[in-house]
Amino acid sequence: MPFGNTHNVLKLKYASSEEYPDLSQHNNHMAKILTPAIYERLRSKQTPSGFTLDDVIQTGIDNPGHPFIMTVGCVAGDEETYEVFKELLDPIIEDRHGGYKPTDKHKTDLNADNLKGGDDLDPNYVISSRVRTGRSIRGFCLPPHCSRGERRGVEKMSVEALDSLSGDLKGKYYALKNMTDAEQQQLIDDHFLFDKPVSPLLLASGMARDWPDGRGIWHNDTKTFLVWVNEEDHLRVISMQKGGNMKEVFNRFCTGLTKIETLFKDKGTSFMWNEHLGYVLTCPSNLGTGLRAGVHVKIPNMSKHAKFEEVLKRLRLQKRGTGGVDTAAVGGTFDISNADRLGFSEVELVQMVVDGVKLLVEMEKKLEKGQSIDDLMPAQK
Amino acid sequence: MANNFARMLSSKRNVRILSLIGAGSLTAGFLLNREHVTAGAQARRVYPASAEYPDLRKHNNCMASHLTPAIYAKLVDKTTPNGYSLDQAIQTGVDNPGHPFIKTVGMVAGDEESYEVFADLLDPVIKERHNGYDPQIMTHPTDLDSSKLTSGNFDERYVLSSRVRTGRSIRGLSLPPACTRAERREVERVVVDALAGLKGDLAGTYYSLTHMTDQEQQQLIDDHFLFDKPVSPLLTCSGMARDWPDARGIWHNNTKTFLIWINEEDHTRVISMEKGGNMKRVFDRFCTGLKEVERLIQEKGWEFMWNERLGYILTCPSNLGTGLRAGVHVNLPKLSKDPRFAKILDNLRLQKRGTGGVDTAAVGSTFDISNLDRLGQSEVQLVQTVVDGVNYLIDCEKKLEKGQDIKIPPPFKK
Repeated sequence: MPFGNTHNVLKLKYASSEEYPDLSQHNNHMAKILTPAIYERLRSKQTPSGFTLDDVIQTGIDNPGHPFIMTVGCVAGDEETYEVFKELLDPIIEDRHGGYKPTDKHKTDLNADNLKGGDDLDPNYVISSRVRTGRSIRGFCLPPHCSRGERRGVEKMSVEALDSLSGDLKGKYYALKNMTDAEQQQLIDDHFLFDKPVSPLLLASGMARDWPDGRGIWHNDTKTFLVWVNEEDHLRVISMQKGGNMKEVFNRFCTGLTKIETLFKDKGTSFMWNEHLGYVLTCPSNLGTGLRAGVHVKIPNMSKHAKFEEVLKRLRLQKRGTGGVDTAAVGGTFDISNADRLGFSEVELVQMVVDGVKLLVEMEKKLEKGQSIDDLMPAQK
Repeated sequence: MANNFARMLSSKRNVRILSLIGAGSLTAGFLLNREHVTAGAQARRVYPASAEYPDLRKHNNCMASHLTPAIYAKLVDKTTPNGYSLDQAIQTGVDNPGHPFIKTVGMVAGDEESYEVFADLLDPVIKERHNGYDPQIMTHPTDLDSSKLTSGNFDERYVLSSRVRTGRSIRGLSLPPACTRAERREVERVVVDALAGLKGDLAGTYYSLTHMTDQEQQQLIDDHFLFDKPVSPLLTCSGMARDWPDARGIWHNNTKTFLIWINEEDHTRVISMEKGGNMKRVFDRFCTGLKEVERLIQEKGWEFMWNERLGYILTCPSNLGTGLRAGVHVNLPKLSKDPRFAKILDNLRLQKRGTGGVDTAAVGSTFDISNLDRLGQSEVQLVQTVVDGVNYLIDCEKKLEKGQDIKIPPPFKK
C-alpha cells in the first residue's frame, strides 16, 4: 500500500515516458534491469491484491544505492508479484543469485540428518552459531502491502501455531505494543529485540507502516529458538546458541520449522513456496532457502591476511560485523555466513558454512604459529 | 450526473478565469459542492472495518481525536476520483503517535477532493485545529490587498528580518502525498513556465534539485534558501518524499527577496523575505508576486486550488485558508524571560519558534514570532495581527528596559 499507487489508473492517463523514473544516479539491481520498454509493458498490470509496478520499485527509486554495494531495489507485495512482474524480477533474480534461470528448480532439504559433521567447530574460536530464515503465510499480503487487518491476521495465526509447540520448543510471545519495560529490557539483553526499522531501504517500501501494531517476538524458554513476527517478513525464524555446535543449532532449526509448518497446514494454510523460487519472501535476495547460517568467529590473523577475501569467495561465504549486515567487525571477530540463498538446499548451504568455517579456523591456527596457509587454499565451490 | 470535478479536470484548459481583485472579493470561483463529488473506485478490502481500525490508544493528534470506529467504517471503502483512500490520508497520524505536549494534525490530503470525500473526518479536524472554524457553515475571506496594511515598519533595533510565506496548489493535479511522477513533473513545468514570465524586481532563475551544480547548491545553502529531503517522519510517512529529488527545485528572484519552493510539502511554497523590519514592503511584494504568478498560470489555462469554504487548498489541513505565516526574527532579551511572555503571545494570537523554524529552539534571545491562525481570517488581517502584535512586544521590551511594568493585552478579538 505505498502511496500514490492505488490510483494506477490515473497514472495510465500519462504516457509511460512521463512516468518513467529518473535512474541516472542509481546503482541497484532494479535500476540495472528496468528499461522504458519493460516499464511500459508492466505498468498497467497489478496483482490480484492491487500491488503495482511502482509499488515494487519505489524503494529502489528512493534509494539510489551505493557505488560499492549493490542493493536489490525492489520488493514483493504478495506471492503473485513474482508472477505478474516476472519480466522485471526474473532477470533481477538471475543477476542477484549467481545466474539462476527462470527455468531452474530449487531444492528444499530440511533434513538435518543429511548434514555431515558440524558438531565440532572449535569453541575457542567459534563463539556462537546461528541459522535464520524467513517464512510467508500463503494467502496474506507481504509487509510492504498488507493492511492492518492482514498483519494482525498473520500475527494471530502465527502466535496460535507457536503457542502449541512443546518440549524444548515451548515458549512465549511478546507483542511489541504490549511489552512491559522489564520484558523489553530482558529482550534487549538477550539480543533478541528488533526495533522499528530505520534503514530507508526498508522504510521506502512501506513495511514499517502502523508500527508496532501486529509485531512481536516469540522465543522458547531456553532462548535457543526465536521467531520475529511482521518485521521485514511475516516470520523470521532463528535458531541460535553459544559455541560451535552448528549441528545442534541446525537440528533444532529444522525440527522447529517443520513443526510450525505442520501446525499451519492443520489450520488449512501453508507457507508460500514453489518449485522454482523455493520459499517466497519480501525481498528477492531472500528467495529459495531464505537461509543465512553463520558463526561469530575469532580470526584476527586470517582477517588481516591478503588472501582473506579470496578464500571467502571460493568458499561461497560472506563476512559481516558482529552487529549484522552493514556493521563493522569488532576486534578480529567476524560474522561469517553463506553468501547464497537460492539454487542450493538448506543442508548444502549449512554444509558450506560448517566446512568453510572449519577451514578458516585451521588457517587461523596456522597463521598463529607463523606458518603459511598456501597449501590449505580451497578450490572455488 | 456530471459532477463539477469531471468538468474541471477534463477542461482545465478552458477554465473560467478566476480574477482576484484587490478589493478582497472574488468575482468568480468554483465552489466545491460536497454532493457533486462522486467517489472513485471501491478500495480493496479483505477484512471488515473493525479488523482494520488502527490502534490509536497511545496517540495524541487531531486525527486520532476524531477518528471513531464509526467514521472509519463509513469512510474506509471510499476513494477520491483519483483513487486516494482514507488509510493513505491517515497513515502519517497512525505512524506518528505524537507528543504529549504538541498536538500534530495526523493526516494529509492526497488531492483537492480529499477534503470532500473525507469531510466527515476532516471537518472536525479542521474545526479543532483552526480554533473553532466550522467548514460546514463558515466561509473564508481572501484578501491580498497589501495597501490596507498599517504600521508595517518595525524598529530595526529589535526586528532583524521579516518574512511572509504561503503555499499554492495547482488545480487538477494530485498533492505531494499521492502525486505520480508525471503529475509532479507537470507541477514543476507549469510553475517554472509561469515564473519565467516574471519581470522587473521579480525576474529570477529556477534551480532544479536534480541538476543543481555544487556551486549553485552552496550558494543556496549560504542564502538559507535550500530545502533538503525531508527527514521528519511526520512528512515521510505521508509519502511526500517519494522519488526525491525528481521534479523538486527552488526558484528565486535576482534580488533574493522572493522565493518559491517547488514540490516540497506542497506544490509550491511562496516566500517573500528581507533583512530588517519593513514588513510592509515584504507583504507588498508577496501580494504582487502571488497575483502575477496566478495571472501567468491562468494564461495557460491553469488555476490554484481554492474554494469559499476552505480558502487555498494545501496538503496539510493546518495550512488551509490563507496558508499564511507572517513572521519576524526579533530580539527580546528581557521580555522572553518574563513569566508573562507566553500569555502575552497567546492573547496576541502569536506563536514563537526558534530561528531555525518549526521544532527548533531560540538562539540567545532571538525568536521567530508569527501568526498562529491560518483559516477564518484574511491575509491582510493576519499580517496586521503580526504587525500589531510585534509592535506591542517591542513596546513591552522597551518598557522593561526602562524598568517600567508591562501589561498582558486583552485576548485578541477578530
